[in-house]
Amino acid sequence: MKTLVILSVLLFSIPGFTSGQNPEVLNFSQLEQRLNLRNDTTYVVNFWATWCVPCIKEMPYFQQIHNNFSGKKVKVLLVSLDFVKQIESRLIPFIEKNKLTPEVVVLNDPDANSWINKVSADWSGALPATLFFNRNFRAFYEKSFEYEELETIINLNLIHP
Amino acid sequence: MKKTVLTFVFSALALLFVSAQGYQIGDRAEEFRLKNVDGNFVTMGDFPQAKGFIVIFTCNHCPFSVAYEDRIIELDLKYKELGYPVIAINPNDPAVVPADGFEEMKKRAAEKEFTFPYLFDEGQKVFPVYGATRTPHVFILNKDNAAYRVAYIGAIDDNSQDASAVKEKYVENAIKALLKGEKPAIEQTKAVGCGIKVASK
Repeated sequence: MKTLVILSVLLFSIPGFTSGQNPEVLNFSQLEQRLNLRNDTTYVVNFWATWCVPCIKEMPYFQQIHNNFSGKKVKVLLVSLDFVKQIESRLIPFIEKNKLTPEVVVLNDPDANSWINKVSADWSGALPATLFFNRNFRAFYEKSFEYEELETIINLNLIHP
Repeated sequence: MKKTVLTFVFSALALLFVSAQGYQIGDRAEEFRLKNVDGNFVTMGDFPQAKGFIVIFTCNHCPFSVAYEDRIIELDLKYKELGYPVIAINPNDPAVVPADGFEEMKKRAAEKEFTFPYLFDEGQKVFPVYGATRTPHVFILNKDNAAYRVAYIGAIDDNSQDASAVKEKYVENAIKALLKGEKPAIEQTKAVGCGIKVASK
């Protein structure tokens, strides 16, 4: 019995095993390490929240990028700025309902003034915002996207092996 | 080559988006005339005794704005008497966010018993002049001879989620400095907020 309990705990702690993801909660210095990667992968980092209407509108496009570039070196990271106390009540249900498969993390670092400029000096702090980077390029946009724009930016900057 | 040109075009576009015009520290703030939730129009000229204003672009629907409502009331109660009243302005297009319509603003102001004017930026003409991009977004104006000049731009404090965990009260500190006739030590800060909602063209 004990083994069974341990086994099920182990199984359910594997990301992706349950129907939805359980997003990791990061402070900015933890997230920053990932924003400063410089390699052949093109990272698409979208800052969003479940209550942000334009963010929700463009979310399917990030899912599409994730699907359509699955064979390429492209990684979509969805950084949620939902309040920590709403992870269970809002964020996880949203992820499950929309079957989001790109990785979602929660950025929990309320002193935004200390880190917004480290994402980009061009960011006023408004959502949505998206950062693209690989070892050759870095671009930041405080705006909403259509699918084609996302695809164009990625295609232009993708590093081909 | 094509790639370089396109990258350049994209960068130029990005620059265009972020360098949208607006007030900088020291700029003279223009007069405005906007409708308050009580039905009357409000201008800065209606406050001849004011030494300045705490102008806050905020709204009904944004959770960051909601999280700050009580703190905005506190700021107004504390600093109105000292010459720096709060003027709140909702910059959103209700066609995009119905919760930010004028009738909804009236309801919220009544529910929360706002002590300050809560104005509707009808036609979205005022927020671009300020260069406000999100809610909440604060601009402290300070009277200098006959002009109101921008003395601080940014966040209310350093913790939107939890008022009890605030370490640095940016707006209060700026007002305290202005009351002493000094420049605020911190004149600009950033905060996460809801992008101001404009109908796409």
